[in-house]
Amino acid sequence: MLAYAARRIALMIPTLLGVALITFFMLRVVPGDIVEVKMRSDGGYVTQELLASERARLGLDRPLVTQFGDWMQGLVTLDLGTSMWTGRPVAEEIGVRIGLTVQVALMAAVIAVLIAVPLGTISALFRDTWIDYVARIFTIAGLAVPSFWLGMLIILGLLTVFHWSPPVTYTPFFESPLKNISQLIWPALAVGYRYAAVVARMVRSSIIEVMKEDYIRTARAKGVFERMVVARHAMRNALLPAITVIGLEFAFLIGGLVVTEQVFNLNGIGRLFVEAVSRSDFILVQALVMLLAVVFVSMNLIVDMLYGVLDPRVRHG
Amino acid sequence: MSASTRDGPVMAWRRRNPVLGFIMAQPLGAAGLVVILVMAAAAIFANVVAPYDPEAIDFLAMLSPPSMEHPLGADAFGRDILTRIIYGARTALTIGFLSSFLGCTIGGLLGVTSAYFGGRVDLILQRFVDIVLSFPIIVLALVVVAVVGHRPIMGIDLNLIAAISIPIMPRAARVIRSAALAVRAMPYVDAARAGGYTHSHIILRHMAPNVLAPYLILLTAYIAQAILLEASLSFLGLGVSEPKPAWGLMLSGDSSNFYQEAPWMILFPGLAISLAVFAFNLFGDSLRDWLDPKFRT
Amino acid sequence: MTDHINSRNFSRRTALALPALGFSALSLPGHARAQGDGPPRRGGTLTYAVAAEPPTYDLHATSTFAVMHRVAPHYSTLLRYEAHNYPNVVGDVAESWTAADDRLSYTFKLHSNIRFHDGTPLTSEDVKASYDRLRAPPEGVVSNRLPSFQQIAAIETPDPLTVVFRMKAVDASIMDTFSSPWNSIFSAARLRADPNFPARNVMGSGPFRFVEHVAGSHWAGERFDGYFRDGHPYLDGFRAITMSPSAMVNALSGRQIMAEFRGFTPNERDRIVRALGEDSLVQESSWMLHMILTFNTKQKPFDDARVRRALSLAIDRWGGSQNLSRISQLGQVGGLVRPGSSWSATPEEMQKWPGYGRDMVANRAEAKRLLREAGHENLTFTLLDRNHQPYVTAGIFLIDQWRQIGVRVEHQQAELSAWYAAQGSGNFSALVDSFTQFSDDPTNVLVKYISSDRAEINVSGSTDRELDRLFDQQASTVDPVARKALVRQFETRLFDESYAVPILWWQRIVVMNRRVRGWTMAPTHMIYQDLGDVWLSA
Repeated sequence: MLAYAARRIALMIPTLLGVALITFFMLRVVPGDIVEVKMRSDGGYVTQELLASERARLGLDRPLVTQFGDWMQGLVTLDLGTSMWTGRPVAEEIGVRIGLTVQVALMAAVIAVLIAVPLGTISALFRDTWIDYVARIFTIAGLAVPSFWLGMLIILGLLTVFHWSPPVTYTPFFESPLKNISQLIWPALAVGYRYAAVVARMVRSSIIEVMKEDYIRTARAKGVFERMVVARHAMRNALLPAITVIGLEFAFLIGGLVVTEQVFNLNGIGRLFVEAVSRSDFILVQALVMLLAVVFVSMNLIVDMLYGVLDPRVRHG
Repeated sequence: MSASTRDGPVMAWRRRNPVLGFIMAQPLGAAGLVVILVMAAAAIFANVVAPYDPEAIDFLAMLSPPSMEHPLGADAFGRDILTRIIYGARTALTIGFLSSFLGCTIGGLLGVTSAYFGGRVDLILQRFVDIVLSFPIIVLALVVVAVVGHRPIMGIDLNLIAAISIPIMPRAARVIRSAALAVRAMPYVDAARAGGYTHSHIILRHMAPNVLAPYLILLTAYIAQAILLEASLSFLGLGVSEPKPAWGLMLSGDSSNFYQEAPWMILFPGLAISLAVFAFNLFGDSLRDWLDPKFRT
Repeated sequence: MTDHINSRNFSRRTALALPALGFSALSLPGHARAQGDGPPRRGGTLTYAVAAEPPTYDLHATSTFAVMHRVAPHYSTLLRYEAHNYPNVVGDVAESWTAADDRLSYTFKLHSNIRFHDGTPLTSEDVKASYDRLRAPPEGVVSNRLPSFQQIAAIETPDPLTVVFRMKAVDASIMDTFSSPWNSIFSAARLRADPNFPARNVMGSGPFRFVEHVAGSHWAGERFDGYFRDGHPYLDGFRAITMSPSAMVNALSGRQIMAEFRGFTPNERDRIVRALGEDSLVQESSWMLHMILTFNTKQKPFDDARVRRALSLAIDRWGGSQNLSRISQLGQVGGLVRPGSSWSATPEEMQKWPGYGRDMVANRAEAKRLLREAGHENLTFTLLDRNHQPYVTAGIFLIDQWRQIGVRVEHQQAELSAWYAAQGSGNFSALVDSFTQFSDDPTNVLVKYISSDRAEINVSGSTDRELDRLFDQQASTVDPVARKALVRQFETRLFDESYAVPILWWQRIVVMNRRVRGWTMAPTHMIYQDLGDVWLSA
């Protein structure tokens, strides 16, 4: 188990290095950089020399290989560099925003599990009846409705029905749980629906699979109530693939928040990313891409490890 | 779903008339197909069906609510929303299909190649797939679009299509590879090698046709994904450019500004996106069950 | 000036913005009434929104409101614009001043009781150090408006409370330079220690001390008790919250913030007013900000004045103004200087310019004729634009206008950096540009249109010595009537050539909670932001 984990972690390194290489060079092949955005916005009057000196100050005039080397060196020492827009450390920029994003993602995950597990189970148990059809339409729709549009509908709905809109400034949970939740529950719902749909589909199909397995048939033949069978055996085994999906989708979700945070004006990682891209703040963009890649890769790893712990059969896989 | 495909009469239908067989076995999928066909027809005949010019400004109709003249209302420039949704179907289906096609075809070929050669080639290709898979989809597409900019040719933004197809490639490669591994194990592949055929001949003529089923399933599934992705990018102002009609674009910028005054501006384009993606998902799901009951994503 | 801050009645807007939804038309309190009723009340914290994060804290180095709206309360300037009386100039750190008859020297007497937030007194040395930094920035320091200091020959400090500016030549716009909100006074001692000190630190002599800046969240300031104007400021402090424009509308409606000082769209205004009712205060003005259609004069066929003029002729500016002003921040029709300012042409004068005539049928026919003559009847090209409002609105409008003379145009919406890069490399055909300044002074504004080898800010690549000559002549003409005539000549020449032409000017619509008092509306969002006179009613 440990050796397997070590091997997997070792494999992460070339993957992440590849992500870094692609991100870094992709961002720098295009014309245009942050210096002009920074100095000429709102009709600023600047000379080419001034732009050149600012480029030099930011180190943008050095060879790309040197810049890449610097970045890699920084990453190894956990120094993400300095935002070219604000001049503050990238770690700080991310630090003030990540709490919100993670909280929304976690809330969405909770919402997803609360909806998906019962829905998927019912759908599987009443397979090919109208209950199943309704549940499936609900889940396929969840994959179809863009979360940013759902977000707009939620805001519109709250405004029309309650003449109320969610607070726009972030309050940390421990300062005022109520205020915090009343702001973040809506985006969590908007992204949670799709999440729930994905998980529910997985729960449904894995329960159907599990029900076919021999030991369930044996248990049934022994006359144990079907409900008990489901609870004891099916659920436990069916949850494995569900956990996989929950884990993998969680990583995707953080990416998906890129769009939804715009709708709800959340000062999270997603908005930071969009802003960084639009200002060509490459240092920040590449740090965020790396962050998301690391989350994704580690989530993969964690899911695999969990799988190993929960299901002895795959431990040596 | 898969249970009914085992029924005798359905199997018979399936052999005699695949279309009818599909409809009988997969009523939900057939419904999806109908929606897709209606959208495709609307897209193709947009200039006949649509009541207005999608780009023409009409100040007299600014923010008109749904009415006889404008069944779904008009936007802030007085442009007819129904017209823009119909033309938007053209944008969505073109970009959706081309990106999915490009992504699944290139990805699929990579997957087959990977499975065919195995060994070192497989290892390198799979590492590469791993790398691209580590980017969240929207993040990758967003960076690509921001980097390459836009290059509309005959109204189709090739760079946007490229940006959307790139995240699809590794995912398609992964699935097709595992299907192709089974094909690789078939004796006729080795026979073909012994027969002196070139690698490319074997890959294209012997292996690729045998992974057609998963390929078609992926193609449909990723059209839905591509439509969603295009809508998201357009919503962020990084996709299709105004005044071209596109659903995601209709939800961005100005429309969020008119939430309360003109809810029809956000209601209908969002419904169009949802319906299109819903239809492709429904059809894709059923196609999967129908083509290959064993195949699971 | 104040006559342009109009109080329109609401019924027209209501009719437009709320069709069929059955909202009952509110009797609209919103619009500006006399401000500052009753004696100012001390206390309270002003919360307001700012749309973007500041790229620096240094006012000398930047031109974005994202810095101005946060940093202005912390600094003083030499002169400033008089509250409620734009563009009249009064002293800020200067108690009084005199100009030599030949306008080649200006002498300022400073207030004697001014202290920086660290307790040190503000003297003539600090003024000199700040202006020297502006006109001759040391290595590594950015001075964003360098050309406006060109005519300053030397700065002398005969005693701690006297500053003398010696000029190389007469500069008709120098008073605007002295009053510029960007030309903040920094501490000479701090600058000696680190010339770039203001980029990351805030230490001025303004009414408020800096408290903190939390990235992406807020910027806070508190009352500076040692401020040199007795009794000011009234506020205990302020808090500038970073949020997107759409969030501002909700925040203002939900009373989570009290103001936003840049401007809203007409539709956003209506939403806030509907939510706040009696508690809303709307102030409107034209804006020193205009949208420009710039051609790449180095690229065919835009090297042909007939093509450029035809494309300008095809734009229905009056119709666009009337309608786009209902859905966007685009507003009045104007020439190169702000319509309604003392330098502006009258509407009658404007109608003689190509593209400003009211008969669009004739304009379009003439445009088609010009294109035919130039051999470009079926012209197609790509219009480069930003992916922001109201740029996109302008782009959609232009493309529709050109469609009507048979010209097909692709719209290319670029991110800001790509937009600048295309301008720098000349890799565009035509682009939607904008220009803003903090004053109406013609020198400040016309610079956008002189030859590109003299002003990099002109991206059309044009060279026109006649325009340059007129520009230089007006810059040194002190008599306003003669100067205004030169501005008219400049405009006429420009429209004949149409290297770059105004599309529409913007409208500034400020909506705030009625509790905010003592703030001054102006046709620019860069001035009156030190908040020293602002107070909150109970």
